[in-house]
Amino acid sequence: MNQPLSASPHAHAPVSIGRMMALVIMALLPATLFGLYQFGWPAIFLFTVTVGATVGCEALALIVAGKPVRVTLMDGSALLTGWLLALTLPPWAPWWVGVVGGALAVLLGKQVFGGIGQNLFNPAMVARVTLLISFPLEMTRWVMPQPMFSGDAPGFLEGIAITFGGQTYDAFTGASILGHVRTELGRGEHLDAALSGIFDPLSALLGTVPGSLGETSAVLLAAGGLWLIARRVIGWEIPGALVGTIALLATAMHLIDPAHYAPAPFHILAGGTMLAAFFIATDPVTSPVSRQGQLLFGAGVGLLIYVIRTWGGYPEGVAFAVLLMNAATPMIDHYLKPRIYGRDRRGKPLEYPELSPKGSER
Amino acid sequence: MIAAIFSLTALGLGLGALLGIAARYLAVAESPIVGQVEELLPGSQCGQCGYPGCGPAAAALAAGEAPVTLCPPGGRALAESLASLLGVSVDLSGMAEQAPKVAHIHERLCIGCTRCFKRCPTDAIIGANDQIHAVFEDACTGCGKCVDDCPTECIELRAPTQTLTNWVWPVPEAA
Amino acid sequence: MTAKLKLFRIRGGVHPDDRKALAAEQPIEDLPMPALLHIPLQQHIGAAANPVVQRRQPVLKGELIAHAQGAVSAPIHAPTSGHIVGLGLYPANHPSGLNVRTVTLQPDGEDRWHPDVAGVDDPFALEPDVIARRVAAAGVVGMGGATFPSAVKLNLRNRYSLHTLVINGSECEPYLTCDDRLMREEPDGVLDGARIMAHALGVGRIIIGVEGNKPQAIAALQQAAASFEHIQVVRLPMRYPMGSEKHLVQTLTGKETPARGLTADIGVVVHNPATAFAVHEALRLGRPLISRVVAVTGQAITRPRNLRVPIGTKVEDLIEHCGGFSEEPAKLISGGPMMGQPLAELRVPIMKGSNGVLALTAAETNARQAAPCIRCASCVGACPCGLVPLTMAAHIRSGDLDGAVGQGLMDCIGCGSCAYVCPAHIPLVQYFNHAKGELAARGRAKQKQTETKRLAEARAARIEAQKQAKREAMARRKREAEAKKRAEAVPDVVQAD
Repeated sequence: MNQPLSASPHAHAPVSIGRMMALVIMALLPATLFGLYQFGWPAIFLFTVTVGATVGCEALALIVAGKPVRVTLMDGSALLTGWLLALTLPPWAPWWVGVVGGALAVLLGKQVFGGIGQNLFNPAMVARVTLLISFPLEMTRWVMPQPMFSGDAPGFLEGIAITFGGQTYDAFTGASILGHVRTELGRGEHLDAALSGIFDPLSALLGTVPGSLGETSAVLLAAGGLWLIARRVIGWEIPGALVGTIALLATAMHLIDPAHYAPAPFHILAGGTMLAAFFIATDPVTSPVSRQGQLLFGAGVGLLIYVIRTWGGYPEGVAFAVLLMNAATPMIDHYLKPRIYGRDRRGKPLEYPELSPKGSER
Repeated sequence: MIAAIFSLTALGLGLGALLGIAARYLAVAESPIVGQVEELLPGSQCGQCGYPGCGPAAAALAAGEAPVTLCPPGGRALAESLASLLGVSVDLSGMAEQAPKVAHIHERLCIGCTRCFKRCPTDAIIGANDQIHAVFEDACTGCGKCVDDCPTECIELRAPTQTLTNWVWPVPEAA
Repeated sequence: MTAKLKLFRIRGGVHPDDRKALAAEQPIEDLPMPALLHIPLQQHIGAAANPVVQRRQPVLKGELIAHAQGAVSAPIHAPTSGHIVGLGLYPANHPSGLNVRTVTLQPDGEDRWHPDVAGVDDPFALEPDVIARRVAAAGVVGMGGATFPSAVKLNLRNRYSLHTLVINGSECEPYLTCDDRLMREEPDGVLDGARIMAHALGVGRIIIGVEGNKPQAIAALQQAAASFEHIQVVRLPMRYPMGSEKHLVQTLTGKETPARGLTADIGVVVHNPATAFAVHEALRLGRPLISRVVAVTGQAITRPRNLRVPIGTKVEDLIEHCGGFSEEPAKLISGGPMMGQPLAELRVPIMKGSNGVLALTAAETNARQAAPCIRCASCVGACPCGLVPLTMAAHIRSGDLDGAVGQGLMDCIGCGSCAYVCPAHIPLVQYFNHAKGELAARGRAKQKQTETKRLAEARAARIEAQKQAKREAMARRKREAEAKKRAEAVPDVVQAD
């Protein structure tokens, strides 16, 4: 009874880190299952290998560091990191991309900083960027969706061959929406010509388009994200600011020059915007803690995504945008703090000149 | 290429000259710090720091010869004040073990010889000839001079008595 | 009067399950007088009271047994008739488990009032400072748990322009029901006390704020206040910490109390309903504060009850009266679950500020082992004071207490909302309590440095003066000896001449 001595409060809300991570994974489930269905057996293998490698490397790091393994793994953070990383990989990438990515995410993105809560950069994005720069070919080979059990979709054995055996699949390759449009605009084509045939808003919304394993279905990701906001696992500030900024910039540029700048629906539905808005930029460890800070952070990520996509060297800018704003988070936290009760924004105690006290004692 | 060598050399010389001028004309003047340091020290001249009194210790601190953690009776609070005054950074994690100590007279062994209270630099011991002596914890700095003098070795240096006013919540165990 | 007062929102806060159903329907019952009463001399903010009784001395109910020391202190009176059996150290109702000076009284079973205990006919005819003096003499302190001497608060009228008295009937802590029952059963007494306090403060408006989960208390108070124009009973939204006086005043007036200031800075004084009732008894009946209502509740208590208890009764007597423990409690708390203190032992006494005894099962506490902070900012959203608890805790964890103060540590009211919602179950409030205590200890150490320096210098000066006196005495003796020698030498010279 009352051993050891602990201070108030003595009751607690029924929350835990494990429960938070479980809710996020549940929100990701619809989009993940859809993505696995769309891209078939190779995607399933890649997903399994990536998640397994991430959790395995985390366990290894914990053993080497001498920390308790089981209790730390049970908080679900490594599982979630691996899951998110897998969702951002090209669906038919070879198995070693998943393994290297998972190891990088956990070891370089989290454990060297001191474990959970100590990292400066989003671990999944650290891994993705490193993979993109190190293995540009494997990381930019996209495929048209081949829903499982449909005509040409690879079967179980063929899936093993593709993921583990390095079998080529040129018959199925196709450019991602962002990549195609970027290339066409670069060649001087008009936007309408670039978009025709490849960008259909409904398909992009549903997800029957080429893209990363889990980022294609905007509607399922948005549904999961909104559910998380309703359950108060994430706030509305970062997703709202991110999507809002992209929409604003895209609409403005499209109005200025409709021939060369894609409209807002394109930028929001194609690529990893939805996944980033609800699941990647909202990583609590690497984003600011105050409401204003989160709004600025979300806006910054949105701005950078648009800038990199439109004028930068890569067709997709989500990973870089997130990492760049992660670097700004400590400074944002330092300058944008909530106003303390009883003080003004600058920290001085509030004054009520009309309620002057009696006498000269004060 | 010649132009590059010239321009970088010129930059180097120019900026170096600026730094030299700044070092001479914008230098921060030293202030008489020994007096300020001595103000902070307890002043009981107990000698536990190894210097013959608080004055020489202050001189050594100001000259940078002594560490700011030199004074056991001053404890952590003093080390921090000295560190901020002298503008040095210091790792105080080791100081936590030196909790402040006060003298305690075990009354069963006291013979009332008055040697301890005559020695106490802060008059923290009460008592008279043939009367049992006792220590005022509030005035005791833990310098230890009374311990050396007591013929029956009945004085012990130990942590101050915990009361409701000086009890502090312990730091929670780190996760 | 129940006009619709416009209410304002407070930032942050949490909404725990209030669990008041365990004891809310139990009417206040008097605890049978226990065999011994242990009355601590420190049960209020300020200096401890000084005893005026000795061992074996007989006392009557309401007799003064310790007087107040200094301006911020309160006297203590005998809760019943009997005689003093001890005056010494006894375990305190404090998380440390340390001892405190305590007067032990053995009741004689007759419960006889002291003959001097007498009220006034019309408190409203008295001058405000006379009322304040009577309240001080009755030992009334804030009974919401803060135990600030109420008379000092009544004297605020001398230094501040006041316009409203707020009676804090929110009782926002889960489980606690003592104020609820008091407001339901003694609404007239509470209102009378409030009116007396308003007269003493010189304010024209009284607002009684009660959280919406106490509809019967609101109805009882509304009925009692019907005939008074200047008294409003307001239904407050249910949000912890609505009972924090600064946040209560913000809800009612929209104004934030300035940092490091009092609600009096914005013209409002807040009092607990039990304090108002105590003022009513002190003025109308002349009775000092010698008993209080305590809610004994929690799922580990067999029969949760609201008991009227003499000050100094041991906690174990209350628990026994409620049927003991139905199971081994995981936590035993004095007060509420959000800000209450852990009880070190069961034999510690009930004090003037002890509003609850909670025995919580492990399931009720939802406690888990602490995990590392993931910066989820749940604590930032929950903090009603606009602080960033995770940053303050990080500073304290690394030993940078001044950095924590820079982040606003001294503006923390210790409500516990942050630690309540933390998914990592980090004991945030314990970090803050530790830091505040450690900073206070360093302040005391600095003060001790100055004082001991002064003592050392005084001693050095005294010894120097003694040496000087000795030297002078020796010099004088030498001069006298020489003068004497010269005087003796002179006759020889004269004779030789």
